[in-house]
Amino acid sequence: MGRPLLSLEKATVRYNGTAVLSDISLSIEQGEKIALVGQSGAGKSTLLQQLYDRSNSDVALVPQELGLVRNLSVFHNIFMGRLHRNSSWYNILNLIKPLAREVENVKPILASLGLEDKLFAPVQELSGGQQQRTAVGRAIYKGSPVFFGDEPVSAVDEYQSHDVLKAIAESHETVILSMHDVQLDLTYSDRVIGLKQGIKVMDQPTAGMTPRDLNDLYRE
Amino acid sequence: MTSIASETRYLKAQPRPLVRATGGFVGVAIILWFFADIEITTQDPWTEVGRMAIGAITPDFFNTDELFTAIVNTIAFAILGVALGNFWGFFLALIFHYRAVRVFCAFIRSVHELFWALIFLQVFGLSALTGILALAIPYAGIIAKVYSEILEEADTSPLKVIPREASSISVFMFARMPDAWVHFKTYSLYRLECGLRSSAVLGFVGLPTLGFHLETAFAEGVYSEASALLIIFYIIIATIRKWIHAKLVPFYILLALLVIPWGLSDISMTNVVRFFTNDIIPHPIRVAETINGATLTAFWAWLAKLFADQALPGIIATVILTQIALVGAGALTLVFFPLISPKFFGLFGRTAGHIFLVVARSTPEYILALIFLLLWGPSMLPAIVALALHNGAIIGHLMGRFTEDMRLRPDSSKGINLYAYDVVPRMYRQFLAFLFYRWEVIMRETAILGILGIATLGFYVDSAFADLRYDRALVLIFITACLNLGIDVLSRTIRSKLRLQTRTEIA
Repeated sequence: MGRPLLSLEKATVRYNGTAVLSDISLSIEQGEKIALVGQSGAGKSTLLQQLYDRSNSDVALVPQELGLVRNLSVFHNIFMGRLHRNSSWYNILNLIKPLAREVENVKPILASLGLEDKLFAPVQELSGGQQQRTAVGRAIYKGSPVFFGDEPVSAVDEYQSHDVLKAIAESHETVILSMHDVQLDLTYSDRVIGLKQGIKVMDQPTAGMTPRDLNDLYRE
Repeated sequence: MTSIASETRYLKAQPRPLVRATGGFVGVAIILWFFADIEITTQDPWTEVGRMAIGAITPDFFNTDELFTAIVNTIAFAILGVALGNFWGFFLALIFHYRAVRVFCAFIRSVHELFWALIFLQVFGLSALTGILALAIPYAGIIAKVYSEILEEADTSPLKVIPREASSISVFMFARMPDAWVHFKTYSLYRLECGLRSSAVLGFVGLPTLGFHLETAFAEGVYSEASALLIIFYIIIATIRKWIHAKLVPFYILLALLVIPWGLSDISMTNVVRFFTNDIIPHPIRVAETINGATLTAFWAWLAKLFADQALPGIIATVILTQIALVGAGALTLVFFPLISPKFFGLFGRTAGHIFLVVARSTPEYILALIFLLLWGPSMLPAIVALALHNGAIIGHLMGRFTEDMRLRPDSSKGINLYAYDVVPRMYRQFLAFLFYRWEVIMRETAILGILGIATLGFYVDSAFADLRYDRALVLIFITACLNLGIDVLSRTIRSKLRLQTRTEIA
């Protein structure tokens, strides 16, 4: 395995006195593909947030609320992934008039996500699944080696989910995904971390696991 | 014990906070009514009404030359004033978190456009600059506040996902501006509408806009000409969304710069210098050889006399008029809003209602007051009716629109029962929120109506300017501004106590 990328040591997070994460210790190594599994409210989003806050800046993030700018086009939202690579003037110029060069850069990503025909559509006119794919596009365009996604394909149909997850896996070395679809969890990970009421109850390699092994996590 | 207490609590009707607040304001207005100077002093008001009515239905569009220039000037002043106000307001909004900036903006917007115009008339004379600055300065203060609120309310979730090393300009342009921009545009359009009204009124202090010709037309009783000017003005305001377009704005600004009458009079530098270094210095200090104890005593005496003789009676009249007009505006809102509500009237009735409300809210309070003044003679009555009518129409329009989205149960009652049991209770919180927002606007306008001869603060300011006592005028304007700021704070306190919130876009 590669070298450790991130680690948590007995992390506890409380909201208004109630612990949403208790005593979580884990270490993530470069090159791992991790699935975060657990019921809604088990603490997956909070854990992802903790990891993101501790990471250096080279992480592409798709939070649950997506962080899209609703009044801008798909193109501009995806371009935002690389705002740090250009001068402010170049960015503003491209905001007012999309530059041909940048449009060409963005097009292949749209193709891999099945959004070719939405290049200049305002994000607010897209369906939930299309918005999620746009947010994934922005993350991929950032070109970071690490990807964190919180339910990035929950509104995307099953067939396209595979394309999107493949695109994520191909363009990132290390991937941490929180997803509710057990089948997808097992297919696109090599390590499963299971949470139940803020406690880490599972942390093992995916190899050899069946969906049934995850059932306990979803039981009261 | 406790269960009995909670059961009996609702057996006796307790006035709820919103009802109590309403009762308080209405009660104060009724008491003040007895101290207000309200009487009809004209011998025969009805003859004049008849002549005006004839003028209204026989508009004279043939005085084309003057009419055209007046309209063009009104639009040009409005566009340049609002554009400049937008420019400054935007930059002030970016640094609005500094307390000093907030106080500065609150102060410049608490001084009415006409007062700014009166000040700049002394500095720059009757020049285009006077009109543009008179609009741009108070508007910059208002716009800064509104834009900073818009930026604060904008969706912040994109900030989280933007690369951390991106420059702050890029982050601002991509993550904050697109969301705020839509609101900026909507608000600017509303500001332009206000700008057109203010620009028209600037004519009353001598600038070559609509008000200038209206004043002459009214003074000479040529009501056909006055009604032609007003009808064109209504059409311009009603069609504003048709002719203004984001992409055309630079073109309009350029055009306005070309047509605006720059050469009305030369700006004299000696005038400018003298105004700031001499004219506005309080008299006892100006004439003193040195500043010593005696000078300061004289200055305090001067200030005390000014306060007792002019400011205090002005403040009392302004407050009386404001409180009565505020309650009047509220009462008229409750009468006006059903006129445009699909819950109460069919398409035909609503169209008539819309026309009436457009006319009432597009006519500046100042012009309405002038018309009632001609009918009833000088007293507080014309000002009260003008302010209640104008503001009642503005809030009535907003409330009428509010009822459009109201979902009623299919078997709800109709007519007066629907009004009293369903619609008014549901809109009451929103209605009070809007009304309290207008409180400060009404007070600012009340002060200004003094220029028409009603003894509010504006009357004393105007007299001081007429007597060339600029030192007094500025102190009185300062006092007026402080009064407005006080009402602003009071209104905000009451709004937060009653938990009244609404969009800022009509403030």
